[in-house]
Amino acid sequence: MTPDRSLAFGPPAPVAPRSRGRRAFDRLLARPGVSALVGVALLTVFFGVQSPDLISSAGLAAVLEVAAPLGIGGVAVALLLVAGQFDLSIGVVAVSSSLLTALLVTELGLGLWPALLLSLVAALLVGAVNGLLVVSTGLPSFLVTLATFLILSGAAQAVAAAVADAPRVGGLRGEPGWDSAHALFGSTAQLGDGRFPVSVLWWIAATGVTTWLLWRTRFGNAVFASGGAPRPARELGVPVGRTTVLLFLGTAAAGWLIGTLGLARLGAVQVTPALGTEIEFIVVAVIGGCLLTGGYGSTVGASLGALLYAVSREGITLSGYDPRWFEAFLGALLLVALLVNGVVRRRLRAVPRS
Amino acid sequence: MSTAWQGPPEPVDQPADDQPADDRPTDDRPTDVPAPVLELRGVTVRFGSVPALFRVSLALRRGEVTCVLGENGSGKSTLVAVLSGMEQPAEGELLVDGRPVRLRSPRQARAQGIATVWQDLAIAPLMSVWRNFFLGAEPTRGLWPFRRLDVGRAEEITTRAMARVGVTGLDADQAASALQAGERQSLAIARALHFGARVLVIDEPTAPMTVAQRALVLQSVLAARDSGLAVLFVTHSPQYAHLVGDRFLLLGGGRVAGDLTREDVDVHDLTRLVAGGDELSRLTDSLRERHQRR
Repeated sequence: MTPDRSLAFGPPAPVAPRSRGRRAFDRLLARPGVSALVGVALLTVFFGVQSPDLISSAGLAAVLEVAAPLGIGGVAVALLLVAGQFDLSIGVVAVSSSLLTALLVTELGLGLWPALLLSLVAALLVGAVNGLLVVSTGLPSFLVTLATFLILSGAAQAVAAAVADAPRVGGLRGEPGWDSAHALFGSTAQLGDGRFPVSVLWWIAATGVTTWLLWRTRFGNAVFASGGAPRPARELGVPVGRTTVLLFLGTAAAGWLIGTLGLARLGAVQVTPALGTEIEFIVVAVIGGCLLTGGYGSTVGASLGALLYAVSREGITLSGYDPRWFEAFLGALLLVALLVNGVVRRRLRAVPRS
Repeated sequence: MSTAWQGPPEPVDQPADDQPADDRPTDDRPTDVPAPVLELRGVTVRFGSVPALFRVSLALRRGEVTCVLGENGSGKSTLVAVLSGMEQPAEGELLVDGRPVRLRSPRQARAQGIATVWQDLAIAPLMSVWRNFFLGAEPTRGLWPFRRLDVGRAEEITTRAMARVGVTGLDADQAASALQAGERQSLAIARALHFGARVLVIDEPTAPMTVAQRALVLQSVLAARDSGLAVLFVTHSPQYAHLVGDRFLLLGGGRVAGDLTREDVDVHDLTRLVAGGDELSRLTDSLRERHQRR
């Protein structure tokens, strides 16, 4: 027997266990979205002191009305960010799918429900094109969806101008199917002084379902792995391509939902060029703790990010500041979020050597 | 559990260090050696016109550790790529259980029971240990559309599988980034063991490791060998190779410069051979001769 061979693997070196409280703290920090929650609380107090209206039911309704569509988009974008992809086209999908719905009803005389179904199919087609292009070419999704954004944005304005001769298409009220569609997507409920839109329920549902998907299903594990370690994921048989395409379908469907909620609320669609809104969904997801590098984030976080956005917007208006300050404020929030995310990430990576 | 890919029955908990390696019967082994699980015959891989591997033959057998040694650029990584299905040979055959197969993707290699532990220890650092362990084959419960991950069971199996390769006291729910290089390698090896691989290909990580971490890796190599896997261990270090290896394949310039067994060399000869570069083949021959004369 060679002396080398009798390898003595002693007992593992004693490990200094971390205290319970310290570990719980680490875990709490490791949850994406905790910083957004803290932010929401701080801002609510800050603006609430200056203008108590914000905390009334009317103020809450106003905040939620802003937050709901943003949250729905933010949730979908957050999933995509976790998978390491980007989608700039979600806002323009919202506008152009609701424009399509409106035109199908007013110009072709379709019922509202068939029109909604057709525009959903069209939105999903856009998502499929985005996803398949990203997966098959390996191009950065930022650029692919930027191209989709430009195409759809230009086309929507041109079509609206050519067909309806105005950037606004309306007159949906009273069309067949309007009542049921309005009840599902556009109704409001009066609670106290506030009129709460039904979109809040859609937002909560979207957050709940996606949270469950992300943390408790194989699909969610595939999403995390696609963004966190695409090559080993592929080697281990995770369907990275399929997952990515499904997520692009998800953002397209979210875009359609946002558009439909707005359409059902107003009974009309306004086609205006706005690159800013495209970025908002991503801002919201990042404020909610998603890393742009993928592999980390949560949809609850994105929803909290949307809430943070809405609270600060309403807060600035109600507190009597010039609303134009809002954008600067949002930028500062984003910067803080990025720094906090960086700290959290370093902490995560350098967790105790045990 | 709804996954098609189930692990083998749970192993008897037996730490590798309980059983000195040399207890294995070597003398009363049948004279005709068992058929190799995996065999390469005259495999050549070319990148352009340059052969990265030239007529390499090798056989991997159950419960045997074959160490591949060589300098950078000697073809070690290409050999790993061929065995794991990342690279297809231009010439030569790859046989599994004596049957020729073509491995066109890592997935096909895994389907043949060949598990690879990559050099860069690819894991998703921000995912928990158990999520990494079960990636691509997560246990679930419930019926679609309410089918969900069986988190409790996954954590339990992960903790047990990691303990089997010597990583104890692990919190399966902590982020995988908390694992050190050696533990990451153990994770991949534990995964291969759990999912019933028959051949384990380990490309030693380039990341620096402490002696304790390396010991952990060697321990999991032995755990794999004792479970009856054929192990191919690619390493830079003759010292560590000699600790666990039964056979040593020396590569130089894409060719097999030496194919030695434990009986042929001691650790000093092996070190000299690996450092020897051009003179590898000549030294191997003279050593063989000396050995036979004895």
